[in-house]
Amino acid sequence: MALSDKDRIFTNLYGLHDWRLPAARRRGNWDGTKALIEKGRDWIIEEVKNSGLRGRGGAGFPTGMKWSFMPKQSDGRPHYLVVNADESEPGTCKDRDIIRHDPHTLIEGCLLAGVAMGAHTGYIYIRGEYYNEHLVLQAAIDEAYAAGLIGPNACGSGWDFDLYVHRGAGAYICGEETALIESLEGKKGMPRLKPPFPAAVGLYGCPTTVNNVETIAVVPTILRRGAAWFASFGRPKNSGTKIFCIQGHVNKPCNVEEEMSIPLRELIERHAGGVRGGWDNLLAVIPGGSSTPLIPKEVCDTVLMDFDALREHKTGLGTAGVIVMDKSTDLIKAIARLSHFYKHESCGQCTPCREGMGWVMRMMDRMVEGRAEIEEIDVLEDVTRRIEGHTICALADGGVWPVQGLIRHFRPLMEERIAEYKRRLGSPTPTLPMAAE
Amino acid sequence: MSADPSTANEIPQPTHFAFDAESEAAIEKIVKRYPPGKQASAVIPVLYVVQRQMQRQTGIAWVPRVAMDVVAARLNMAPIRVYEVATFYFMFNLKPIGKFHLQVCGTTPCWLRGSDEVFRACKDAAGVHGYGETSADGLFTLSEVECLGACVNAPVLAVDDDYYEDLDYESTVRLIEALKRGERPKPGSVIGRQASAPVGGPLVLTDVPGE
Repeated sequence: MALSDKDRIFTNLYGLHDWRLPAARRRGNWDGTKALIEKGRDWIIEEVKNSGLRGRGGAGFPTGMKWSFMPKQSDGRPHYLVVNADESEPGTCKDRDIIRHDPHTLIEGCLLAGVAMGAHTGYIYIRGEYYNEHLVLQAAIDEAYAAGLIGPNACGSGWDFDLYVHRGAGAYICGEETALIESLEGKKGMPRLKPPFPAAVGLYGCPTTVNNVETIAVVPTILRRGAAWFASFGRPKNSGTKIFCIQGHVNKPCNVEEEMSIPLRELIERHAGGVRGGWDNLLAVIPGGSSTPLIPKEVCDTVLMDFDALREHKTGLGTAGVIVMDKSTDLIKAIARLSHFYKHESCGQCTPCREGMGWVMRMMDRMVEGRAEIEEIDVLEDVTRRIEGHTICALADGGVWPVQGLIRHFRPLMEERIAEYKRRLGSPTPTLPMAAE
Repeated sequence: MSADPSTANEIPQPTHFAFDAESEAAIEKIVKRYPPGKQASAVIPVLYVVQRQMQRQTGIAWVPRVAMDVVAARLNMAPIRVYEVATFYFMFNLKPIGKFHLQVCGTTPCWLRGSDEVFRACKDAAGVHGYGETSADGLFTLSEVECLGACVNAPVLAVDDDYYEDLDYESTVRLIEALKRGERPKPGSVIGRQASAPVGGPLVLTDVPGE
């Protein structure tokens, strides 16, 4: 059973219609927002909790619970809502569509989330490369101000709410919430140690909650249609609708909002025209953006696209960027390219990441050639385990998980590559020191 | 464009920079977004203002060292804090680049869809030998960038601030030839796709209430 259009939240995902306020209102945005605000902060948080909404930026933390961590009463410090629009996880391009085609879902969501966390100010931190998208977002915010929907006495509710757009400048790490806060304060995007968590000490030392664009943008519809409506989609604890980005070796790559827990195969075949060359030509899928370990075809045959089902297979839903790879793919090279990405994007603060991402990259480059010993696969695996969990933020974890996934499912491929190198060129000269250059 | 502070001093640097009227107007608006005393938050936006002003005045978008000092004075920051930011983030050009900045996404989602061909087309058509280089005519600087976040429209090439999507070798060459002629093709999918909808037209959102 597929999601029907009447249950889609992002009704202008493809930009078929006008994004501007009058058209957005026709599609149902900003309908009865004042009444929702008047139901109060506790009601909003309770509805979001009951809806089962989990963060759409990758980690999947329950959103209502996250909001409830904000202090109930201000101690004099202002509260801040910060929206993470630094969409940079390879394979992810959903927030871009929300911002450029459905910006009012996000702006209305910011107001309601602001009320729920006692914030009178919101910042939307958008990646610098989304220049044209930020122009649309700013124009939509200007429209909302002019219509009295945000600003002083937003929607006539008595709640004052200011919303600003802040552009980043090309750094994946700024999608990590504390790095984003540092960047917003005008510093290098280097993550902070937690605790203290942002809800206690965040932007400018004040209580702050950082949420992904999609997380915030679904809130108005949840509040209008009810928690039970949202929770009726997907399996328990994995509820709702979700934008999937289906790409790579499919016939028709696309973004689509679907029901959570949809089978991966159905998602690809119904919306993306199937795998290039047919389902049996499938080799592996990275199911949730580059940080999530790949799964081989036999898992893809039956797996459901939700947090818990993918976790059972030692991977994750992440951002739901579904990267499909058919049998023509040099899988080792595909993963090695991700190692280059993480090496490039490491902020350099923690030694295991700063040194480790480069080490893993150089090792993976040799694995692409097969210029290694079989035992070095074990060394590589072992080093990734020593990096994982030993850094301030999760960038290094996300950097080693793809490599671990490759070894877990495709070790024979790596061994064959090494054997082939030896057949052609003989044993490589001892190579470990080269990886450690 | 990678920012390498070790070579920053080797580039002929202007000795003077002052914001023009257009920049001053932009800065006034930017600084108001942040609470009093938190004007350091404006450092990234104001560095963009510098880069745009340089483009307006010299035709080349970059951030000279002296401008960083001007930004530091304006935002009441130590100059080193501005240098740190300017060198940490990738979108500030710390040396002059070509008139057009060709930024090829080479990350796995684009690579799977043929970004190597886009790279090859850029080299052939723009007359550049590799990444980090500027063509002899000064028109094009070629950079490899990491995921641009348009993966369902891969492979993607950003020309300055505009994304060109669903490229292959031939369409990339055509794009660059058009730029040489002084044309600016409409950004987006070069095969006429409706944004992120599948080829052939949307399969969903065909029955939207209110439309």
